[in-house]
Amino acid sequence: MIDEIPLGVVILDTDRRIVLLNRSFEALTGFSRDEAAGIPCYHMLRSRICIKGCPALNIPEDSEPACVESDLINRDRMLVPVRINIASLHSPSGKLTGFLETLEDLRPLRELDAKISHAFSFANLIGRSPQMEKIFQILPVLAQSDSSMLITGETGTGKDMVAEAVHQASSRAKGSFVKVNCGALPETLLESELFGHQKGAFTGAVASKPGRFRLAHNGTLYLTEIGDLPLSLQVKLLTFFDDQVVYPLGGTKGFQANVRIIAATHRNLEQMVREGRFREDLLFRLNVVRIHLPPLREREGDSRLLIDYFLNDLTSRFRKNIKGFSKKALSILMNYLYPGNVRELKNIIEYAVNICQEGQIKPHHLPTYLAEARPWGKDTDTVKEHVSLSVQSDPNEQKLLETEHTWAAMERKMIMDALVKAGGRRSKTAELLGWGRSTLWRKVKQYGID
Amino acid sequence: MPLYGNDVAPRFDLATEVMITNRDDYSDGREEKIVVLSQASAEQLCHLILAEGIDVVICSGIEEEYYQFLTWKKVQVLDSVIGPWQMVLERFLKDRLKPGDILY
Repeated sequence: MIDEIPLGVVILDTDRRIVLLNRSFEALTGFSRDEAAGIPCYHMLRSRICIKGCPALNIPEDSEPACVESDLINRDRMLVPVRINIASLHSPSGKLTGFLETLEDLRPLRELDAKISHAFSFANLIGRSPQMEKIFQILPVLAQSDSSMLITGETGTGKDMVAEAVHQASSRAKGSFVKVNCGALPETLLESELFGHQKGAFTGAVASKPGRFRLAHNGTLYLTEIGDLPLSLQVKLLTFFDDQVVYPLGGTKGFQANVRIIAATHRNLEQMVREGRFREDLLFRLNVVRIHLPPLREREGDSRLLIDYFLNDLTSRFRKNIKGFSKKALSILMNYLYPGNVRELKNIIEYAVNICQEGQIKPHHLPTYLAEARPWGKDTDTVKEHVSLSVQSDPNEQKLLETEHTWAAMERKMIMDALVKAGGRRSKTAELLGWGRSTLWRKVKQYGID
Repeated sequence: MPLYGNDVAPRFDLATEVMITNRDDYSDGREEKIVVLSQASAEQLCHLILAEGIDVVICSGIEEEYYQFLTWKKVQVLDSVIGPWQMVLERFLKDRLKPGDILY
């Protein structure tokens, strides 16, 4: 039966000599089971980790299996990238009896990677702007490192996607990717969720719970909305960074967790540190590698690319026959600011694709609030000004700014200007405006000009 | 012969110790010297082999690229040889060592 397993499988004794292996292992290494029986594993496997430090030597008692990416040289003198999982085997009395090792050939995956990775994307992230290109170049490098990572950016910029993509591109890809939203749970629950608890640790703890740190062992723990993490848990997280040991609630025995931490937030952590709402030392530990995802309005040319990408993607997914956008619809989409960034853009296109029953998306297929938000136009300065205002100013100020751009406000201003020019004489003012006296009277009353 | 402890090194490119010997007058005064490399590198090892004028390389795992290079430089390569290096050397000196021999 062991021969039917598509992974190379080998069973070793306590001296790491080969006891049993399967057909896939023979195919991968080129050594037959007769040749390999009783030979130290490193002579058959010929992997880099055999020389650099065999994981079997470092598996602590009660530990989870180790997973490492490495390479081997087979009998055909080929260097083969492999993923090696190694677990210790114990007798019912708990005595070490040997090791079980699995080998996965990564060549097909690497070939696929080479095919799908092109300059303007990383995993599911797409962009052509210089800001994104810089990020695409650096992400694969950062993925290979094991340092903790902090991802910042506005909502909808793709923080979750980056975190998952980094995990998938890292040597921990075979391990689990565990996501915890630090803002979603109350403090007490979050502590038990993150670090686990022992049976009887508190009322209702009827069974022991492993906690997300333990679940993410050999993988990546993604802490999203880290800015919302309560101060007491920040301290606990800090101690994990120092000694990599997790103590479950009510437990005395720690667990050595091999976890890479990726944290993300849309908040300004430096400012939170200044306000005393975030620990400075935790920020320093998280801030080893920092990626800032730019908002869509700062990504030159990416709006068009993403609009077309989502249209193609969604039309094929919803089986719609939509060729593209009308000029007017496209201009509305291009001039919109997207405060919700890529997520909002995707939702807008999804809405339009669902609503549209014709071959082309027209303005009336777009959500109505887009048309209302149009006056900002293409001028980047105006866009920036609006964004900074909408982010920083209070709502009343913003309202005032918006009213200046309505027709009523313009008309009122016109009447005032004409009245000033005519020295306050109504008949002259009406003449200047090209209106009848009664129209002017009505408008003056309407706008409360006296 | 690249070494890993008492054995022939499993990987040519990762060996940091090499045993060099001559077989012309092995019956009396055959000299064995062990060279420790500053770092593991297949290129550095190939350079050493050529600089020392080595005729035969006995190793285990070696990449095709380096195997072909050494063969092209007229160096005989006996690869996939597994076992304690003393035993392997003994067999070689008796002209009985072949590529792929496992001496355990």
